[in-house]
Amino acid sequence: MSLTPVVQLEVTEDHIASESRALSHSWAQPRGVMGFLSEVDHKRIGLRFIITALVFFALGGVLAALMRIQLAVPENQFLGPDLYNQVFTMHGTTMMFLFAVPVFEGLAIYFIPLMVGARTIALPRLAAFGYWMFLAGGVFLYVSFFLNIGPDNGWFSYVPLAGPEFAPGKRSDTWAQLITFTEVASLVGAIVTIVTIFKYRRPGMTLDRMPMFAWAELVTSFMIIFAMPAVMLASTSLILDRLVGTHFFNQAQGGDPILYQHLFWFFGHPEVYLIFLPAQGLMSTLIQTFSSRPIVGYVALVTALVATAFMGFGLWVHHMFAAGLPEIGTSFFTAASMMIAIPSGVQIFCWIATIWSGKVRLEVPMLFALGYFVIFILGGMTGIMVASVPLDLQVHDTYFVVAHLHYVLIGGAVFPLFGALHYWFPKFTGRMPSHRLGLISFWLLFIGFNLTFFPMHQLGLNGMPRRVYTYLPGLGWETLNLAAAAGAALMALGALSIVINAIVSLRRGEMASRNPWNAATLEWSTSSPPPPHNFYPERVIGSRDPLWDDPPDQPIIEGIRSDRREVLVTRLLDAEPDHRYHSPEPNVWPFITAVFTTIMLIGSMYTPWAVVWGSIPPFITLIAWFWPRRTDINDESYPVEKARPQLNEATGPA
Amino acid sequence: MLQSVLESAGIQAARVESEWWFIFRVTTVVTVIVLAGLAVAVRRGLRGRDTGASEQRMLRYIGIAGAITVVILFAILVRSIFTSRALASERVSDVMQIEVMAYQWWWSVEYQHPEPEQRVRTANELHIPVGKTVAIKLLASDVIHSFWVPSLAGKLDAIPGHEAVLWLRADRAGVYRGQCAEYCGFQHAHMAFVVIAEPPDDFERWIQAQRKTANQPQSPIEQRGLQLVQQRACVMCHTIRGTAAGGRIAPDLTHFATRSTIAAGTLPRTPEHVNAWISDPQAIKPGNRMPTIALAPEDRAAIVAYLEQLR
Repeated sequence: MSLTPVVQLEVTEDHIASESRALSHSWAQPRGVMGFLSEVDHKRIGLRFIITALVFFALGGVLAALMRIQLAVPENQFLGPDLYNQVFTMHGTTMMFLFAVPVFEGLAIYFIPLMVGARTIALPRLAAFGYWMFLAGGVFLYVSFFLNIGPDNGWFSYVPLAGPEFAPGKRSDTWAQLITFTEVASLVGAIVTIVTIFKYRRPGMTLDRMPMFAWAELVTSFMIIFAMPAVMLASTSLILDRLVGTHFFNQAQGGDPILYQHLFWFFGHPEVYLIFLPAQGLMSTLIQTFSSRPIVGYVALVTALVATAFMGFGLWVHHMFAAGLPEIGTSFFTAASMMIAIPSGVQIFCWIATIWSGKVRLEVPMLFALGYFVIFILGGMTGIMVASVPLDLQVHDTYFVVAHLHYVLIGGAVFPLFGALHYWFPKFTGRMPSHRLGLISFWLLFIGFNLTFFPMHQLGLNGMPRRVYTYLPGLGWETLNLAAAAGAALMALGALSIVINAIVSLRRGEMASRNPWNAATLEWSTSSPPPPHNFYPERVIGSRDPLWDDPPDQPIIEGIRSDRREVLVTRLLDAEPDHRYHSPEPNVWPFITAVFTTIMLIGSMYTPWAVVWGSIPPFITLIAWFWPRRTDINDESYPVEKARPQLNEATGPA
Repeated sequence: MLQSVLESAGIQAARVESEWWFIFRVTTVVTVIVLAGLAVAVRRGLRGRDTGASEQRMLRYIGIAGAITVVILFAILVRSIFTSRALASERVSDVMQIEVMAYQWWWSVEYQHPEPEQRVRTANELHIPVGKTVAIKLLASDVIHSFWVPSLAGKLDAIPGHEAVLWLRADRAGVYRGQCAEYCGFQHAHMAFVVIAEPPDDFERWIQAQRKTANQPQSPIEQRGLQLVQQRACVMCHTIRGTAAGGRIAPDLTHFATRSTIAAGTLPRTPEHVNAWISDPQAIKPGNRMPTIALAPEDRAAIVAYLEQLR
């Protein structure tokens, strides 16, 4: 630390008690219905994201179960083609846009400030706006589904099938507008995460001391910012073709359906990695904690994350090998697709080395992390297979790919996620989750998963295409589909046992201490659950694993006001204190803006004029939202030089 | 009937099958080694004794493992590129051209010939001579479809406004099932076809027979059937060469009774199925483009009798 202490003062127990009281008061959560709608506490917003996303995960799971029932026997009459096509579209759309991306965003909004030692998130009202848009989009999709205007052209909505000629009615418009909702929410979340990581890190937390999960979320957020505009372009052009008669994708008027595929997959492949990368951060977190040693190869792991992010943008064409593109081009994408296995491999080797040289505790989160290895490695191997053009042309759009993508996404992202939810449950709730129920959940999910998806490799090789609502007997597909249905039942039981665990532990779980797993990251340095202001007193960070390696007499940060929501803004690279900033107070305008934006977006499905007239109300609410506060303008303590925080080198109570 | 990647019957599928076994073996070995390494690590970690290994040393091993990964991936890449090149070398010009036009949800097949009257149109069934490469020109009439016969070759998309060519060579006689592999809407599940590979002589006989116009109905009931076909809506969509039926948007029925299935591989072609299909196509394949035409049962029986003699 190059920062010199400004004032030497003794931090007494009394001082800490009075400051804590003042902080709890100024950061108190607002009450009542208006309070609920005005919430800007990152922990509340994060939890709302996580819980809402898990509800959508459950809905997506129910849809998956319906599909497995329909396909359990040949020529089943359970769902007709119309309903089945909607169900598989809703399943994919839900899992990708309403579960996988938002749940990690919720984890980031909840834990990034805690992990970097900040009192709150940057731009909290923007985060609140993001949540309301995400909720509105999800509710809109499911209401549409029940009103029979749910999308039915797959989560990718290829043209011309989803275009004006072959998809009359509103179903494709629903899909395209859902994309807009979730895009807004994702972009907002990405910006909030990046600013928090860059500007809100506690002094001492230089970039190379950041926790792996923060690195993973940082890289992911940049990927979101570069990937999402492509799909917005695709879905907006689609809706323009449908509603105002443009011809972006109409080959009869000089448009091109292949253009749509390029735009969609330029987003669609990075999408996979922006689900996968946060989970890699979770893996590093879990493996470090339950191997009781610092992660091996920190720099290698960060490099692997960044390398994956860059390469992730160079593989999209491997979704289009069957579209008859020039061969020299496809071979480039084969090479890139195989190359991305290298950083994944390095990560796995680092984790194995960490386990090998650590003291392993087989708690439930660690089991989920070990489950990742088995499932994800298999998914990675089939990934290498589908990277090869000739082989992909055989298995593309078959159940082999269904197996591959579920091995990668459930193994690579959902297993670490469930491990992390178990791991962080005491931090969310203050109570420990049940170990026994956790074991039951793990084994049900692990066995159920493999029983469901392993046979699908063989199904694909036996020639079963994806997205078929039924199949004829006698093609050698019956037994394997029946096994998949049985596995799905086990997975449903596993998911149910997680819900039971959460409910039972919330009521009767053992009370959790600050750091029940003996982890090294900062979220465990505060009470479980954390107070509204997250931390007090705040100590300067001295190492990569502060709870393990920092001496107890690290300087305490003083000089941040406790009578209002004030935060310390630090510099990007070295986290040196820069200035104090009055973080926004609770405010209902983000909610109202989200309501009017929702009305505009849904209205635009029916008339293009909704874009014109509908943008006026959000514009007005945005003015209200950004109206400056008198107190900030006149605040004399605001100039940076006066706002220098003081560091106290005296030893406060540890 | 075969529809499997791992039971190849032609050169293209065989090359991919051999590539599959190569990558499968390599990746299986890698998986076993990595998981065994993990098991050793967990056992050691559970005992929790200090290994005394410095991070430096572990990073060296990680680097070595990473380098091995690169070598293995490179080997797979090279193998894959060689397979691609071998497949490309099978693309010969100057072979029989078959144009396949994909519709929601069936396949129209046309054997090209310089003289228009020598062209043959059929549906949902391709006959090819064993041991001879054929070029299949793929077109789409409405949305994107994908032509896929797993036992013969990888798939290729038929995209509106684009033209794609797939080369096939069957090396074993047999009947190979294929299916649309790109989601194309309501009845994507029922968009199958068969490829019948037969000795060149048989193929020649078949195509000569297909070039003829439709059989003239003999018995009174068959004649009544033809009369009904020409009077009712059938002619709006279907072609039966040699009769007044000249519609082009539905399968050509000139030699209907030589085909093994109806409704794009949905049902075997038996008189009972044909009858059921005509009486209510929407019950068998909901959403398909064929309307229900009100017919008295005896009229329907006459049409079935007529269709069944279209050899």
